[in-house]
Amino acid sequence: MNLQGIFSMSRKDLTTLVIFSIVVLALPIWLQPFGAAYPDLMQRFAIFGILAIGFNILFGLTGYLSFGHAAFLGVGSYTAVWTFKLFSMNPIPALFFAVIMSGLFAFIIGFVSLRRSGIYFSILTLAFAQMSYNLAYSVLTPITNGETGLQLESSDPRIIDSMFVGEQAGLPVSNFFGLEMSGIPGFYFCAIFLIIGFFITQRIFASPFGMMLRGIKSNQTRMNYTGFNTRPYTLTAFVISGMYAGLAGGLMAVTDPLAGAERMQWTASGEIVLMTILGGVGTLLGPIVGAWLIKYFENIFSSFNENVLHNLFGFLPDGVESVVVEITSMFVGEGWHLTLGLVFVLVVTFLPGGIMEGYRRITAMFTGGGGDGKKANADDKQTQPAE
Amino acid sequence: MTTANENVVLHVADVHKTFGGLHALSDIDLQIEEGKTHAIIGPNGAGKSTLLNVVVGRLAPTRGAVVFDGQVLTGKQPHEINQVGVARVFQTPEIFPELSVLQNVMAPAFAKRDGAFKLNFLSSLADEKQIREEAEHMLEDIGLIHQKDMHAGSLSRGDKRRMELAMCLMQHPKLLLLDEPTAGMSRHDTNTTIELLKKIKERGMTKVIIEHDMHVVFSLADKISVLAGGRIIAEGTPEEVRNNPKVQEAYLGGAH
Ligand SMILES: Nc1ncnc2c1ncn2[C@@H]1O[C@H](COP(=O)(O)OP(=O)(O)OP(=O)(O)O)[C@@H](O)[C@H]1O
Ligand SMILES: [Mg+2]
Repeated sequence: MNLQGIFSMSRKDLTTLVIFSIVVLALPIWLQPFGAAYPDLMQRFAIFGILAIGFNILFGLTGYLSFGHAAFLGVGSYTAVWTFKLFSMNPIPALFFAVIMSGLFAFIIGFVSLRRSGIYFSILTLAFAQMSYNLAYSVLTPITNGETGLQLESSDPRIIDSMFVGEQAGLPVSNFFGLEMSGIPGFYFCAIFLIIGFFITQRIFASPFGMMLRGIKSNQTRMNYTGFNTRPYTLTAFVISGMYAGLAGGLMAVTDPLAGAERMQWTASGEIVLMTILGGVGTLLGPIVGAWLIKYFENIFSSFNENVLHNLFGFLPDGVESVVVEITSMFVGEGWHLTLGLVFVLVVTFLPGGIMEGYRRITAMFTGGGGDGKKANADDKQTQPAE
Repeated sequence: MTTANENVVLHVADVHKTFGGLHALSDIDLQIEEGKTHAIIGPNGAGKSTLLNVVVGRLAPTRGAVVFDGQVLTGKQPHEINQVGVARVFQTPEIFPELSVLQNVMAPAFAKRDGAFKLNFLSSLADEKQIREEAEHMLEDIGLIHQKDMHAGSLSRGDKRRMELAMCLMQHPKLLLLDEPTAGMSRHDTNTTIELLKKIKERGMTKVIIEHDMHVVFSLADKISVLAGGRIIAEGTPEEVRNNPKVQEAYLGGAH
């Protein structure tokens, strides 16, 4: 494979990549007016963005809906923490092993699950993920540290680090050759992986391989009678998307070195599905938009409590106020999932293509129509309709 | 039955297929000669599509075997059967509705060039100039070039059929199986399709064609087998079949 081939991109893809990179790197600036420019949240933006675009390679291109992707996230986290404990606090080996392990794990789960399609495939992945979750809590406690979660300890060997630096007081922090992976540096570290991940996704979308995956989603029978062995294609997509999830899990551990089994729970898998559908299945940017919106509103809504609500509705007459607070409090704080559920129902009902479809409809309105969706622009892989 | 003939490229040998108690195919022995166009005709439910399904590996025969080009196809997977050079147009078009017409026609060329699986996710479709040009050429041939950027799903029924034929032709198969390739087409489109099929015959491609339209059958076929109730009741040149009283009774008489 020639290098030129790897880096030759359509002008449109290149523009998208450049703009996307600027938007991501400038998050600390443009999120300020939204009150969301703090490192912890921005790290989550980057990490869940990676998770969602990886998931979209499987679901968006092949149509196989995995309900167990959180398992790979968990495997990535555990592996990264173990790498910290055993070898080094440098994030690079931790991420490397996180991606490899989750890839292997995805290979095994995918190999079995992909024998079925449709709802049976989804159920199989869900079952595997729940099994992993339960194992992490029970039998695998020596590896996962059960309910407490896997944490760093000062007694960890850290073979490589101990060759270079002597005994330290307190727990070490993951650091990229001295640069601590928390706060803003931690965000930029994750952001770079998001951009790389996005670039690779663009390549996949624009490649013959990507077209084969779309072919599988569109008509698997035709693929078979056209001479394609579809199983290795779907398995590869499954493994790649599992590796993205592993990378995301690894990055979670890099920014906060601990791993718990709750990361593998089915609700976490469901959240990935929601992000992708909300943003726009099968589009390049949609899953990231979905991930960011969900993480942003989760942050806002879940921080609301009754006190905040009382202040907010303080202008209302007393009787009315308590009723309004009573009702709205169902949708905030712990009840934020209710809001999410409602929004999700609205989007799926009125905008089945997600937010990206809404965006397309609006731009079509302003550019004077033509957005009847009848044209499948062959050069424009990113605006393929979702279903 | 004739003894092994050097020119036979497809041999359906003593095939039976039952669905529960229904004998969809019985004692089918069919030899298709290389480069010839062999038509299979027969009334609805005669078992014609079932016969093709057995050949391409969609259905396993209850008994018997299919031999193509010296290889036993029975037991092979559909994609393996395609890879040895068998392509099929289905009775209800099997296309990629969500992909563009151009992509529909390009995809089969990748299977032909790269085999059943290739991990080529770092190259770009836009760099596949040769396959793209070949596909555009093919679309010009069948008159769909102006629709190349449309979703294949939004084509008319007849256009879908022609596109599916183009998809198969992109692979230059040794054997092309056509299940009613002109059904749902206008007279004009039917005639262009006949011309196209005549043209590929000159290139020596072997074809098996199932067709209800006698105009199509008699303008293309070198040989005709008549299927009724899962059995071959007559076989011969178009002239012989046309004059066969058994055929007239079982099929031609009923249809016209
Ligand atoms: N998968 C199947 N399962 C059960 N029965 C089947 C199946 N496929 C075909 N049959 C039955 O086998 C018989 C032959 O069907 P087939 O589709 O081969 O007919 P055909 O000659 O192609 O008819 P047509 O001209 O209507 O396409 C029919 O009675 C049909 O109902
Ligand atoms: Mg039929």
